[in-house]
Amino acid sequence: MKRHLISAADLSRGDAVLILDTAEELASLADRPIKKLPTLRGRTVVNLFYEDSTRTRISFEAAAKRLSADVINFSAKGSSVAKGESLKDTALTLEAMGADAVIIRHGASGAAHRLAGWVRGSVLNAGDGTHEHPTQALLDAFTIRRRLMASRGGQGGIRVSSPRASTVGAAGARGAGLDGLRVTIVGDVLHSRVARSNVLLLSTLGAEVTLAAPPTLLPLAVGSWPCAVSYDLDSELPKSDVVMMLRVQQERMNAAYFPSVREYSRRYGLDAARMARLPGHAIVMHPGPMNRGVEIAAEVADSVRSTIVEQVANGVTTRMAVLYLLLGGTEFPATGEVR
Amino acid sequence: MTGDGSWLIRGVTIPGRDEKATSILIAGGSVTAIGPDLDHPGATTIDAGGLIALPGLVDLHTHLREPGREDAETVETGTAAAALGGYTAVHAMANTDPVADTAGVVEQVWRLGRTAGHCDVQPVGAVTVGLGGVRLAELGTMADSAARVRVFSDDGRCVSDPLLMRRALEYVKAFDGVIAQHAQDPRLTEGAQLNEGEMSARLGLAGWPAVAEEAIIARDCLLAAHVGSALHLCHVSTAGSAEIIRWAKSKGWPVTAEVTPHHLLLTDELAAGYDPVFKVNPPLRTEADVAELRRALADGTIDCVATDHAPHPVEAKESEWAEAAFGMTGLETALRVVQRAMVETGLLDWAGVADRMSVRPARIGRLTGHGHPLTPGAPGHLTLYDPAAPAEAVTSAGASKSRNTPFAGMELPGRVVATFLRGVPAVLDGKLA
Repeated sequence: MKRHLISAADLSRGDAVLILDTAEELASLADRPIKKLPTLRGRTVVNLFYEDSTRTRISFEAAAKRLSADVINFSAKGSSVAKGESLKDTALTLEAMGADAVIIRHGASGAAHRLAGWVRGSVLNAGDGTHEHPTQALLDAFTIRRRLMASRGGQGGIRVSSPRASTVGAAGARGAGLDGLRVTIVGDVLHSRVARSNVLLLSTLGAEVTLAAPPTLLPLAVGSWPCAVSYDLDSELPKSDVVMMLRVQQERMNAAYFPSVREYSRRYGLDAARMARLPGHAIVMHPGPMNRGVEIAAEVADSVRSTIVEQVANGVTTRMAVLYLLLGGTEFPATGEVR
Repeated sequence: MTGDGSWLIRGVTIPGRDEKATSILIAGGSVTAIGPDLDHPGATTIDAGGLIALPGLVDLHTHLREPGREDAETVETGTAAAALGGYTAVHAMANTDPVADTAGVVEQVWRLGRTAGHCDVQPVGAVTVGLGGVRLAELGTMADSAARVRVFSDDGRCVSDPLLMRRALEYVKAFDGVIAQHAQDPRLTEGAQLNEGEMSARLGLAGWPAVAEEAIIARDCLLAAHVGSALHLCHVSTAGSAEIIRWAKSKGWPVTAEVTPHHLLLTDELAAGYDPVFKVNPPLRTEADVAELRRALADGTIDCVATDHAPHPVEAKESEWAEAAFGMTGLETALRVVQRAMVETGLLDWAGVADRMSVRPARIGRLTGHGHPLTPGAPGHLTLYDPAAPAEAVTSAGASKSRNTPFAGMELPGRVVATFLRGVPAVLDGKLA
């Protein structure tokens, strides 16, 4: 594995499967009364968050703490950043404090990339602008694999599994990718870092990804991506094993990406009637935070098909796995390749 | 120096003449004689075996940043960089602070150029007050000033209002002016960061679509034809733009165009590492665009190479991509880049380079004292260049105050050996004289 995790494209299939298997291993911790491992004792992990994202920051914080790392939360608000300090100067400050890993969330695409050039520690991209969010893709892949691959034998057929059963049967998914699964990602792909990372990672793991969105919300050059594209959600639903709904920001309609929220919802929102078109085993995902009633109806979000709460729990274990693999195996995590 | 101030350049080749080694005598500020057996007792002799002599290069598009951003560049440092790159005249763009939209500012820039003395500085006047795109600046007053402004541009911004553009084109006819348009539809490029295509999609950077340039170019070609006025198109960057200009020229319309060295050599693939040294406006485009721009420069559709030298201080580039300033330096590397992109590829010979980098830009800029082919009686502006100098890696340290060259580390052929301005060396042996 590389020293940093900036793009899902940094991960080979082997890397990705290793992360998912490690996460599976670590998930068993969650059932123990004491959830902590000593693996990263004495290591310093910095959460450098330039955007408000309580959910992602807490997830990383919990992951680092369960591995016994020291966690420093650096929020751009109320810090020197608010006074106009550059990203580079902040990076040099963190470097001087001896950060072994910096987890960065930033509004500018490429911020994690730039940061990696200025610090010696590992850089984990927790979302950069409209570029990528690789740990979200990993936790999504983990969730999909647990739900749909665990009970899959050598035959490759998909069997219906309830959330409860999937946890029990999870061990059966070890070593597996997502081969042959059909994943439909719906919504504002153009501005979505979640979509970019998922297209890359899920296709690396063997899934067949289809993007369903109005043409205005797809990049013009989407044809060069390892996925299919559709403007018609309804025709994709019956053949989808997974439907992943993306958050749609209402202000997009001001820039004429779509005429109105209601029209968007009518054409691309997942309501109960659309959900009924899905195969029986299919699951519904959302990276959160949701706009209930816009891209996803409340009865869908709260249905048994929904993995939304599971995704949050899986986020902690997946991020533990990433931190463990990036920082765990060496004396001096700041130098060279971990594995 | 012991001589009488005259210079005898021996063993040099003048492209487009007879391709044989000859000698050039420069005295009293002019080229006085050319021939194989020249001798002049009082002259300082330069052995120029293997070198070529080009008429002093002329840049139609330079940002000297003074007044206002002397931390990035000054007239002194910018013209030093120009001379080292083989230039004897540069057009200083108007987007300074204060904007060069009055006779006072253009005369100040013009005088700073005279004082610096490394090359001639011809100020460009703003088309609209404060580059605001609302009200015409006093174009006639700038034309009548000591700076004799003939090229007007809101470069950095597009004159996007079609009525204002029409009026500007018409108005400057009175004094043989030309409007140099920065073609960029503002609405189609809100927040734009990188050429809209595979790279912008992958990197999650807001796209700058080719159509935003091409739509303005098409509109302005039609306007120029309608009112019969001279239109110049700055930094043309797409294959589609070249096609539109070719069509406009085929109609006989008074349209000229420039291309930058970086658009002749670099593509948007370089943005992969998010290093803002590759961030420029218009953005780097694709291989196909580069190939078409080269072809268009070779066949004369695009008239000239102009650097769009845009110096920025370190902190303006050491940041996130979206935060960083647009622009690249280019004066010191332009000729070497053109050798790589146009000469080594067989698209242009050195006579063609002289035409595209001196004769035509001087004509477009109405610089009567520059861009003359090297013949007896021509002004003493010339550049001695060694095209056979082995390719050497470009260093970011140069005479420019800024370091934002996208070519740093790239091995480029050739070397500017000397630059003469009015018969006096501004550069000798590759160093400021």
